[in-house]
Amino acid sequence: MTRTLSYAPAPGAAPLHRMVRSQALMETRLLLRNGEQLVLAVAIPLLVLVGGVQAASVVALGDARPVDVLTPGVMALAVLSTSFTSVAIATGFERRYGVLKRLGASPLPRTALLAGKVAAVLLVETLQLSLVAAVGLGLGWQPHGGLTAALGAVLLVVLGTAAFCALGLLMAGILRAEATLAAANLVYLLLLAGGGVVVPIDRYPDSAAAHLGLLPSGALAEGLRDVLSGAGLATGPVLVLLVWAVAAAALTARTFRWE
Amino acid sequence: MPDAVGDHVFGTASGTASGTASGDGFDALPPGCSADVADAPMTSPVPNAGGGPVGRTTGDAAVVVDDLVMTYGDVLAVDRLSFEVAPGTVTAILGPNGAGKTTTVETCEGYRAPQAGRVRVLGLDPRRDRRRLGARVGVMLQDGGAWTGARAGEMLRHMAALHAHPLSVDGLIERLGLGSCGRTTYRRLSGGQQRRLSLAMALVGRPELVFLDEPTAGLDPQARHVTWELIGELRTAGVTVVLTTHYMDEAERLADQVHVIDRGRLAASGSPAGLAARGAENTIRFRARPALDLTALTAALPEGSAVVEPTPGSYVVTGKVVPETLATLTAWCAGQGLLPESLHVERRSLEDVFLELTGRELRP
Ligand SMILES: Nc1ncnc2c1ncn2[C@@H]1O[C@H](COP(=O)(O)OP(=O)(O)OP(=O)(O)O)[C@@H](O)[C@H]1O
Ligand SMILES: [Mg+2]
Repeated sequence: MTRTLSYAPAPGAAPLHRMVRSQALMETRLLLRNGEQLVLAVAIPLLVLVGGVQAASVVALGDARPVDVLTPGVMALAVLSTSFTSVAIATGFERRYGVLKRLGASPLPRTALLAGKVAAVLLVETLQLSLVAAVGLGLGWQPHGGLTAALGAVLLVVLGTAAFCALGLLMAGILRAEATLAAANLVYLLLLAGGGVVVPIDRYPDSAAAHLGLLPSGALAEGLRDVLSGAGLATGPVLVLLVWAVAAAALTARTFRWE
Repeated sequence: MPDAVGDHVFGTASGTASGTASGDGFDALPPGCSADVADAPMTSPVPNAGGGPVGRTTGDAAVVVDDLVMTYGDVLAVDRLSFEVAPGTVTAILGPNGAGKTTTVETCEGYRAPQAGRVRVLGLDPRRDRRRLGARVGVMLQDGGAWTGARAGEMLRHMAALHAHPLSVDGLIERLGLGSCGRTTYRRLSGGQQRRLSLAMALVGRPELVFLDEPTAGLDPQARHVTWELIGELRTAGVTVVLTTHYMDEAERLADQVHVIDRGRLAASGSPAGLAARGAENTIRFRARPALDLTALTAALPEGSAVVEPTPGSYVVTGKVVPETLATLTAWCAGQGLLPESLHVERRSLEDVFLELTGRELRP
């Protein structure tokens, strides 16, 4: 049975919200379907969390309970993996395979494309953070500070996501897709090891500690550790993330090539 | 520029028209010359969904390319190219590899700014009014355009969701024979299936104008026929189609207007009927005794014809071959008491015309 299609022109753009929703859901499905990215986004953070708690006697994390220190840091790591590494790699290949080019000739405005991307990242992060929190709680994590702390954490995650997304797009806009793939993974590993993410900044040598708080990774992790231990939302990390987000977004807007 | 349409009466394929310079209906142009002077009218009725005459006026042309120049570094990709596309018609841009087809089409799609000259699409500037055109113009890129990890159906549904009144995704998938690959990811589709999905993506938003960059490259004969049919249906529905191709037969079959471009320049422009008329410069071959005296025959043949004997015993008559040419030849044979063997008239293929226009050497 063949339906007859009428090709009579009836052009028009869909309402903006429908475009953004479709773009966000599409990108979410693609992120969740990508095996390698899921390893970075879920497997490695959970491994660090569980492994770190087991090995806490070996690695000195300070006076606090290891799980209370590690869970917020691993949350920052999860945010880093999706909002920076995944975004950079996915965008690099979107450009390589002409997806950005094709969407550029569709009714989807560039701002809506970015909004869809960010929404997809936030959706995936919600899944990741729920999982990390659940495992953390299972291991005895005791967050403090109640609803205020939770809202502070959400603010930090959103700001961190903005900064990392902009940095990821900056990288994808400058490098070739393969180079982006390599560099984004490398940056992830470097920040995981030495970016003040999992290990609290005051555990680093003094010379390094002074600078780590200025990295977006260090600022996000330190901010989360503070706020979720009940110490309140510090302005330092919020400002650092804000500056990174604005600066990277401005640079990206200037350098990004859509084709 | 005065509108050339209707001003000339061009020859038809039967070759009965006057032998004026433009009698071929398919003029080779001097480099950099505007297309307008070479535009041949329809010598056979061509379907025209708009109902009106296919004639063009700059005011309502769907696409105007005016003296376009595009370079990549030292490479001159498009060299003072001009042509117009009438609404509701199918235009084929034909040319060898590297001729500048994709560059031209992508400039119309707003991907690049003209380095010189002007491009108008639906009366708008393709770069400045990109957003508005995004909804009205369908685009099929020469390659890529889809997430490698997206499933075919999902990709098409996403494109549909960006438009206000999309076609039925299932209907389109079925029409293009992609029914069995709806859940296959783009990277696992065959080359031809990827092309078909890409075509579907261009059509799903019900555009009034589509740019199809090599819509049939790599398609099997069945898929190619479906695509041809579909392009016919688009025209019937009033959609303006601009496509690129390497195939003369495809251009002949689909297009109202054909523009042959070579090294970024317009080499020739006209209707397919004009192209077919160009093919009337045929050849007659026959075999007979070697070393015939051809003087009398040459004198009897119409002006512009020639007879040669490239290999002993085989003869070739070239020039504008019309029925009278054949009659003259056979009369001459009868006069000589000669029975020519394996006498046949060869209509030069359109491909030969294309090769003659654009040269035979391989393009870089
Ligand atoms: N991005 C680019 N950078 C440098 N040169 C380019 C670029 N794109 C095209 N060219 C050059 O411009 C010329 C025209 O290329 P274009 O892609 O427009 O040709 P085409 O007619 O579409 O060829 P094909 O039939 O092979 O698709 C070629 O010489 C090509 O090498
Ligand atoms: Mg091309």
